[in-house]
Amino acid sequence: MKALGLIIVALVGAILVYATIDFPPFGDPESPASLHVSPRYLEKTLEETAVPNAVTSVLADYRSFDTMFETTVIFCAGVACFLLLRVPRRRPPAPRQFRHRLTGLTFRIKDGGEFVLPVREFEPVDSIWTPYDLIIETICRYLIPFIQIFGLYVIAHGHYSPGGGFQGGVILGASIILLSVSHNLRTALKRMGEKTSALFSPLGVLIYTGTGVLCLVLGYNFLDYQALAALLPGGPIMARSHGIFLVEVGVGMAVMGTMVWIFKNLASRGRYDEGL
Amino acid sequence: MEEILGLVIARYNYWIYITLMMVGLYGMIAKNNLVKKIVGMNIFQTAIILFYVSIGVKKGATIPIIEHSHDVAHQAVRAADYINPLPHVLMLTAIVVSVATLGVALAVAVTVYQRHQTLEEDEILKQIREP
Repeated sequence: MKALGLIIVALVGAILVYATIDFPPFGDPESPASLHVSPRYLEKTLEETAVPNAVTSVLADYRSFDTMFETTVIFCAGVACFLLLRVPRRRPPAPRQFRHRLTGLTFRIKDGGEFVLPVREFEPVDSIWTPYDLIIETICRYLIPFIQIFGLYVIAHGHYSPGGGFQGGVILGASIILLSVSHNLRTALKRMGEKTSALFSPLGVLIYTGTGVLCLVLGYNFLDYQALAALLPGGPIMARSHGIFLVEVGVGMAVMGTMVWIFKNLASRGRYDEGL
Repeated sequence: MEEILGLVIARYNYWIYITLMMVGLYGMIAKNNLVKKIVGMNIFQTAIILFYVSIGVKKGATIPIIEHSHDVAHQAVRAADYINPLPHVLMLTAIVVSVATLGVALAVAVTVYQRHQTLEEDEILKQIREP
């Protein structure tokens, strides 16, 4: 199998290298990909949508239909992970290990044992992950709010600087995953439960398609944001800019929800009791 | 000699991506462990993403954010001054979708592990053949 694989790989690689002779040179401004539709986008984006960032305007306006289904693909991936891994919750097992917050000592409760000490001085600990690092926990606790603010900034400022719904959504999702990695899954679930993350991803898709349907209801084409000029101030060009923002918020929510949802399902193998 | 050198300098980027892509393809074909196969798939995807992004490069051009100011009426935009935004848009969505597919692939791997207690392909096939 290894030798066969090596032969196949060498053959395919040789054919591909041979094909590159017909390719345009690196950095060629006259390459075919840069000649047909992309100059149109670059020249008209500021005029037509009032969005200087051409990537955002192409993503959410000129090619918004494509992006809508990409969002749907992400949502479907989240649902697939859920259906593959999630096991119906039996009775949630009572946490059997506790750590004293001040001394860091870990106590193990035997089966049938009763925990009688004052509970607020103790915190439940995973049976497979007992180590505990004060420095990592504290630093992450202070860092996560700033990461989330930055994520919101990336979503909101995507019109004028590199950024947008996908990037901001991933940053927001990563902040929750960081909380889960630095503490444990239980802490992350307290901040963002299973239902919240599972609700965020269809809600984001709904905001996206809802914007499109709203344009349809107002008498324009699907996802033609000019229609929003009837509802929002600033005329048809600004309406396209606002429409892009609405859609980006939907994308950000869908991406964030799905990232967190997939991570929780994978980290706890669908049991949502213990994990990273 | 000069000709070949010119060819190499103009197209070495494609060859880097082809090497990377073949590393991923070899991982998918030859590796026995399912997680290693998934890693190979991700390397493959990364090569394609790099390939698309490099198509958008124009020499002497800047990022595709149009220069603008509020008080000056905007002049005509020269497309040659800005890199091609289209590959960036396509790859932006592709990156996030590849993360989602990675999640599904790992979920399938976890399910396989739960059923067969192994991730090695030959052991799984043996278990399937002799129930």
